[in-house]
Amino acid sequence: MRRWKSILVLCGMLLLTLSLGACSNEKSAQQNALKRSQESNTLTWGVKADTRLFGLMDIKSGTIKGFDIDMGKEVTKRVLGKKGHAKFVQVTSKTRIPLLKNGNIDAIIATMTITPDREKIVDFSNVYFAAGQSLLVKKDSDIKNVRDLNKDGMTVLAVKGSTSAVNVKKYAPKAKVLELEDYAQAFTALKSGQGDAMTTDNGILFGIAAENPGYHVVGGAFTNEPYGIAVDKGQTQLKNKIDQAIADMRRDGTYQRLLQKWFGNVAGFDLKEASQQ
Amino acid sequence: MINVFTQHWQELLLGFGNTLLCSVIALFFSLIIGSTFAIFEVLPYKVLHIIGRVYIEVFRNIPLLVIGMFFYVVVPQFFVTLDGFTAGTIGLTLYTSSFIAETVRAGIQAVDDGQMEGARANGLTFMQAMWHIILPQAFRYVIPPLGNQFINLVKNSSVLAFVAGFDLMYQGDAIASTTFDTFNTYIVVGILYLIITLPLSYYMRYLEKKLA
Repeated sequence: MRRWKSILVLCGMLLLTLSLGACSNEKSAQQNALKRSQESNTLTWGVKADTRLFGLMDIKSGTIKGFDIDMGKEVTKRVLGKKGHAKFVQVTSKTRIPLLKNGNIDAIIATMTITPDREKIVDFSNVYFAAGQSLLVKKDSDIKNVRDLNKDGMTVLAVKGSTSAVNVKKYAPKAKVLELEDYAQAFTALKSGQGDAMTTDNGILFGIAAENPGYHVVGGAFTNEPYGIAVDKGQTQLKNKIDQAIADMRRDGTYQRLLQKWFGNVAGFDLKEASQQ
Repeated sequence: MINVFTQHWQELLLGFGNTLLCSVIALFFSLIIGSTFAIFEVLPYKVLHIIGRVYIEVFRNIPLLVIGMFFYVVVPQFFVTLDGFTAGTIGLTLYTSSFIAETVRAGIQAVDDGQMEGARANGLTFMQAMWHIILPQAFRYVIPPLGNQFINLVKNSSVLAFVAGFDLMYQGDAIASTTFDTFNTYIVVGILYLIITLPLSYYMRYLEKKLA
């Protein structure tokens, strides 16, 4: 009798988890994000807060600053009008799509590469930044490019949920890839000798290298990583408005000004390459 | 949900194995270390008493994540390189052992003083009395709270995910972020954790009944 009871309890628990699974993410997705943000006069953006030059938490002022943030503000103004309010929510590579899907944020502008896989899940705007994946190593390291990593015993540090983790497995299949939570942690792990190189998009790596003189970016870009602004699948109206805003910004020079503001002084960074469409 | 399992069973199995391995190692060592410090606390030597107190208070009151990150990124800068699995398991062991020490100490103190006095009067040394008389009774008292600690330990092993220890949670994160099927992935991961913790939970209950 007792045994039956415990089996019953087990089945109950299983059923509960299964039913949770069944009623999953159909929730807020079908509302019109553009209409909703126009009503509240607020666009909520998912942004990085750990990425120098793109989105970094400024401890002193308690706000996030970077190229993505300025882009987000500018696009908001052009989508909602001069009085439009941009709200920024911290995301990581791992959390940004789930947060967009459950309606916590309206759009993602967080160093997000446009890939065919992601395009099945979300809609991307046109390219707003053309990055490429590169490597960050200690200055005295023997590693010169991604081919040097393709050996047994090499360890590469990447960030969970980023395309760079997937890419580096393709380019250096023999190396071991460790995925960490965010860029700060991956870089700390590199400093602690947990890996031979850290890999992600060059813009981000240049930002880290600028702050840490003992490290430099090597090997050039070995992939193309076009960044786009992501909105939930089916939010075509919002996507079109954003595309329009980016095109306007490129035309009236705002885009070039922002690019110059954040990347103008970064040694080794090619502004022309980054602004390709 | 079935898809997640059929397409990624290799990663999930690897993660499951690592979680299980980490849990077994941490359980074994934290039980030994914890019991040792518990005995330190009831010994009549002041120095040992203080050492035990400091150890317990330090590791009990620092978040596990901080201890794990310490062994992963700080220790390698000064001493020896530890991979994520080792660093996480060491952190988990130290963290859990402080809780086990407190639990076992409570058990030892719950045993009637007369037991120790009687054993000593019959010619046993302090350590003999502790080993043969006090500890067996103490452990019987603390089986329910110990069971809690063991279950917590298994769940806390997910700290490995943050130091690239290739455990179940790490693999879950990796699968969720490549398939974007966050919901189902974490449900599968949750069920896999249940497969470890539920039998443990039932076994502790069985043990409690058998020894009571």
